[in-house]
Amino acid sequence: MPSLPDMTTPNVDALAAKAASAQAKAAPIEAAPELRKAFFEFLLRMGDNTLILGHRVSEWCGHSPVLEEDIALANTALDLIGQTQMWLGLAGEVEGEERTADNLAYLRDAAQFRNVLLVERPNGDFGNTLMRQFLFDAWHHEMLKALASSTDPRVAEIAAKAVKEVAYHLERSADLVIRLGDGTEESHKRMQVALDDNWTYTGEFFLTDDADRAVAEAGIAPRLESLKAAWDSMVNDVLDQARLTRPESTYVHKGGKRGVHTEHLGFILADMQFLQRAYPGATW
Amino acid sequence: MQPATEQIWRWLGELPDPEIPVISLTDLGIIRDVAWDDDTLVVKLTPTYSGCPATAVINLDIEKKLRAEGIGKLRLERQLSPPWTTDWISAEGREKLREYGIAPPVDGTAADGRLLARVDRLAGTSNLVIECPRCGSANTERVSQFGSTPCKASYRCKDCLEPFDYFKCI
Repeated sequence: MPSLPDMTTPNVDALAAKAASAQAKAAPIEAAPELRKAFFEFLLRMGDNTLILGHRVSEWCGHSPVLEEDIALANTALDLIGQTQMWLGLAGEVEGEERTADNLAYLRDAAQFRNVLLVERPNGDFGNTLMRQFLFDAWHHEMLKALASSTDPRVAEIAAKAVKEVAYHLERSADLVIRLGDGTEESHKRMQVALDDNWTYTGEFFLTDDADRAVAEAGIAPRLESLKAAWDSMVNDVLDQARLTRPESTYVHKGGKRGVHTEHLGFILADMQFLQRAYPGATW
Repeated sequence: MQPATEQIWRWLGELPDPEIPVISLTDLGIIRDVAWDDDTLVVKLTPTYSGCPATAVINLDIEKKLRAEGIGKLRLERQLSPPWTTDWISAEGREKLREYGIAPPVDGTAADGRLLARVDRLAGTSNLVIECPRCGSANTERVSQFGSTPCKASYRCKDCLEPFDYFKCI
């Protein structure tokens, strides 16, 4: 009888080293240790946002209201997971401790995740999923446009690639928010509820801490506040066309960016990380 | 004796795209460079979409093909920049797509996230016309911006009533 892999003593370090040595040698990081730490933090935030939202959106696979939307959601999730591989791959390179994108995705605990709280929120109904996606896409698109001129060429090339995909995400989520918001009485009502529910989670996009300031000063990433005007303008315009009322609340749910998460993230990780936790190093 | 890079390109031109087997990897424009680094052959590839699951299969196919042709030392490199664009699909590739039933990309119509394009489209004033690859009619409508793979959108012909894929611009 074949024995199961030993679950008690995963030699994670050895597995990580093996995976890393198979990859091309990382470019030397010249950044000062403090900047390198901030840079790593920034890359985790980018990669964790796309990873967790990608996972959430993938939960729709096989459950969407119509086949075309099922396919569209799965494709969006696929783009986000692909972008995650690039961001977390670079994060591992910058950290310099031979952790791969897979290590970072599958072997960290909730408190080490750096995504904003918005992306870990449960899917709710189709309208809620689309509203969350739109609020995120509008930010993501502005962020990637700015990152395409990053002083770090590796960041710039990932952003230049991703922004083309995200332009399609934004186009689709904005279209659907408008169609559903300006749709039937029922769809309008649900979209307003979805907007009100998600609204107070959007402020975290623009909250700035020391790591954000350090990467902005180095020209690696934009100042987060600088994205706010364009985001507001996009959101206002789409909500207006959707006949939805922008909530007045300025309250900001925060914590995700520094690892303080809602209970929802733990459930996502339990699902997403199960295989690598139970069978360390398992591959296709 | 190292085969010339022209020969390598010809070999790569024989490899079909795993998801759209009527066009080759060279038609698709994802092979960016082929060069000898001393005794090692370096092939640079760019992914179509970040998460395209065909990427791993493509790498494997290239390696199998070149090894079968006698290339001993081989290195595949990912080149992200400049990012892949459908503009790089060859003229021959576009014709093959159409014959296969996939409408080829209309250059210069990629989404850019700007509001104006969306307003045009919603108002029906967009000038993007996708011709049906079966009957050639311009009387078509988009069913969904995403299709069977990330690179395609779903359309329907309102004349011959057939659904078809459109290889969307990126």
